[in-house]
Amino acid sequence: MNWINAIVQGILLGGLYALFAAGLSLIFGVMRLVNIAHGDLIVLAAYLGLSTTIMLGVHPLLAMLVVIPLMALGGYVLQRGVLNHTLGDDLLPPLLVTFGLSVIIQNALLEGYTADPQKMSAGALETASLPLGDLSIGVLPLLTFAIAVLVIGGLHWMFYHTALGRAFRAVSDNQDIAQLMGLNRRHIFGLAMALSLAITAVAGILLGVRTNFDPSIGGARLIFGFEAVIIGGLGNLWGTLVGGVILGVAQTIGAQINPGWQLLAGHITFLFILAVRPRGLFPRMTG
Amino acid sequence: MPDTLLSTHQLCAFYGDFQALYDLDISVAAGEVVAIIGANGAGKTTLLRSIAGLCENESQQVQYRGMSIGAQRADQIAFNGIALVPEGRQLFPSLSVEENLIIGGQTKRHGPWNLQSVYQLFPILQERRQMPSTQLSGGQQQMVAIGRALMANPDLILFDEISLGLAPVIIKTIYEALPGIIGEGLSAMIVEQDISKALSVSSRFYCLQEGRSALAGDSQTVAREDISKAYFGVD
Repeated sequence: MNWINAIVQGILLGGLYALFAAGLSLIFGVMRLVNIAHGDLIVLAAYLGLSTTIMLGVHPLLAMLVVIPLMALGGYVLQRGVLNHTLGDDLLPPLLVTFGLSVIIQNALLEGYTADPQKMSAGALETASLPLGDLSIGVLPLLTFAIAVLVIGGLHWMFYHTALGRAFRAVSDNQDIAQLMGLNRRHIFGLAMALSLAITAVAGILLGVRTNFDPSIGGARLIFGFEAVIIGGLGNLWGTLVGGVILGVAQTIGAQINPGWQLLAGHITFLFILAVRPRGLFPRMTG
Repeated sequence: MPDTLLSTHQLCAFYGDFQALYDLDISVAAGEVVAIIGANGAGKTTLLRSIAGLCENESQQVQYRGMSIGAQRADQIAFNGIALVPEGRQLFPSLSVEENLIIGGQTKRHGPWNLQSVYQLFPILQERRQMPSTQLSGGQQQMVAIGRALMANPDLILFDEISLGLAPVIIKTIYEALPGIIGEGLSAMIVEQDISKALSVSSRFYCLQEGRSALAGDSQTVAREDISKAYFGVD
């Protein structure tokens, strides 16, 4: 029974990892930018959520209505103001600049919020559960997973059925030719980063409700996101969800064997998949 | 002589340290079809890329409808009504045939061209509209590339080597469609390696050699030996 429970909890945890990964995957797909600051942006969103709940006295899930537009706007400004200038034939400048951004965000959060662990309180939602046979499923993890499915489904629909998605794919295929179609790639990149950070806002708040967070935990969230993307296969959004689930299940099973093995089991599974299928399980994109 | 639509003034273009165009002066009148001929590396593609905004130039070097557009970005130039059919077609592989056409109409300029009229021009594309653009034959891809440029309802359309790599029978089909395309007051610049094709559809031509204009004149009356001289640079 414990094993089934571990697997179910792992699947639900995978939803959160998929949310970490979706924003990362989106901007890599559109502009080949690897955002090293992604994890710290998730933590930043959690802190913004915390401040919103304290200042407005609202439920954390309601705080999303404030944090999502804030992060999206910040993403657009960040992309147009800084990151667009780093994009080119060389992959190194965006890596270095987002690494620097990661350091800046961490230290700014330390300065503003101290190193004390924080948590957002979601009231009764935190402990509510649904009985499923002998198992009991937490409402919050279930909600997180449902939101992940909705976000990834929504992204997929946006990519393949809207003008914006068409523009994202066109710019991803060939920036010069996309410019000829009247698409300003700087603007499109700005929109992609805005969308990425909007998803980050959702992920950050769900993270902050689920566990304690402090300014230093961004790096590990970045790794989980990367691992989910790579397990699932670059450029495949549903693959990213599967990647998150595989990572989540590996971690909970590892923890079931020995509580100290949670993270290790996740990383080993990732390395195994990387060794056997270097392009991930469901690759859709080359390079 | 009708009004000049586009002109370049001592246009210079560079790829890093390499200079591809030297003080080039050319012009296209409203409704006119101009051919650009020349050997490989003469600067033909660079000229089109400069006009379309993919190469950086100084503002004054390209004049269009009284505006200096040399320093504008490609997307701004697209909104002003210049469309490029790029060399090698360069369709978007992740977009279907129809999406490739729709994205060509991104600028939402008004005019005779829409999905329906493009499908009328190239009926085969309507049959294949849901397919990924990569699954079409080379000739069909070229039709998509031309249709994509037309969807922008441009005032000036630039064709870069539209016969490159295609079977003669396909080239014939595409060139037969050209008068229907440029008959409606549209101006065009046609870059071709096939000199007789280029001269047959144009009223004037420029022959480039090593980034400079070596010869210009009337497409119908020019003597073939003059072109040979300008083309190969022999006296």
